[in-house]
Amino acid sequence: MKHVIETKELAGSPNYQLTTFQKLVDWAVSRSRANSLWPMPFGTACCAIEFMATAASRFDLARFGMERQAFSPRQADVLICAGRLPFKLAPVIRLIYDQMPQPKWVISMGACASTGGIFDNYAMVQGIDTIVPVDVYVPGCPPRPEGLLYGILLLHKKIKGESLFDAVKRRDEQPLDERGLRLPPDEIDEISEPFGNSIHQFRSA
Amino acid sequence: MNPTVERVRATFGDAIGRAALARDGLTGVVIRADALRDVMRWLRDTPGERYDYLVDVTAVEFRDRERALEMVYLLRSLERKTSLRVKVELDPQGELAVDSVTPLWAGANWLEREVYDMFGVVFAGHPDLRRILMWETYAEGHPLRKDFPLRGRFSRAEQTRQALNANPEAHYSLEELSIAESYDVLPADMRERLRRGERGKIAGAE
Repeated sequence: MKHVIETKELAGSPNYQLTTFQKLVDWAVSRSRANSLWPMPFGTACCAIEFMATAASRFDLARFGMERQAFSPRQADVLICAGRLPFKLAPVIRLIYDQMPQPKWVISMGACASTGGIFDNYAMVQGIDTIVPVDVYVPGCPPRPEGLLYGILLLHKKIKGESLFDAVKRRDEQPLDERGLRLPPDEIDEISEPFGNSIHQFRSA
Repeated sequence: MNPTVERVRATFGDAIGRAALARDGLTGVVIRADALRDVMRWLRDTPGERYDYLVDVTAVEFRDRERALEMVYLLRSLERKTSLRVKVELDPQGELAVDSVTPLWAGANWLEREVYDMFGVVFAGHPDLRRILMWETYAEGHPLRKDFPLRGRFSRAEQTRQALNANPEAHYSLEELSIAESYDVLPADMRERLRRGERGKIAGAE
């Protein structure tokens, strides 16, 4: 609390504090949001198994205010894409993202959701950030539950730094452009470039 | 070697090609493409053969360009507890066409759709031959062919554009939805689109 609200102690009268209304509202709202994130699980592969483990009793996602799995985009705050995303599912995750009310966040869980991972092929989206904006990337193949929890805590930290009154810190709705894309084509190509072992595979092979 | 091979050779003569015992203990027999439907019906219906269960339909293309693309049918006789692998050789450079066995085994329907999707083999007489794994407006070709580049033919941006412009509701045919008894509870506009036979369109594509 002390780094958000400026405390002023006047001489002899330490019984009141001064702050701005904006800071007080931001403090209350951002903490409320961060501490009761309702996840929309979008599990497509083995990462979803780790996600289930994270939600189960041993790691217990409910400790972080995520007691309720939304399973409905209308009541969800954070979309957790757990697993690789084939192109056939790209319009589906985009539709789910568009159906979620603001404010909304996205966690990309695992190597495949973040970059395409080992699936550098014709069928797979090379990173879901070409489809929806992503807030936290959790690496791993699949990430352990601790990894996902760390990612969620990073998202908490990010949300607590957001401000209702500063549009720069808040993410606006990002509709698809007239081509039906989120990013310019050359940017998508750049994001999707081969890396790691797959640079040794020829495109024409 | 499965004794069925001798019997089918005696019945169909030169429509039956070479046969061999594979490592897995199954006998593979190559038959001519134009005799496929007759041979399969004979294998299914003849007493003493009774290969009544079609386990799998798939295809194999080899890196050796001289070798034929093989259609592979795995048959199983549930009562005799024996299996037989039937192959048909197609020229990968030429037109890939073969008779459908869906009239014999209804379960071949989706298996042949998958082979059509992945290899581009056209099955004559198939009731509903369209893509099953890739979306129906997929325009890059048939992914499991050897001349198909691993990352696809289009750029990633173009692939993303086409994927995002696809209509995810259009993967289901009217028949599939009516079988699922979900057609009546669909939104009215979706029912109307399905009634018109809409399969989804790519913006800006022909």
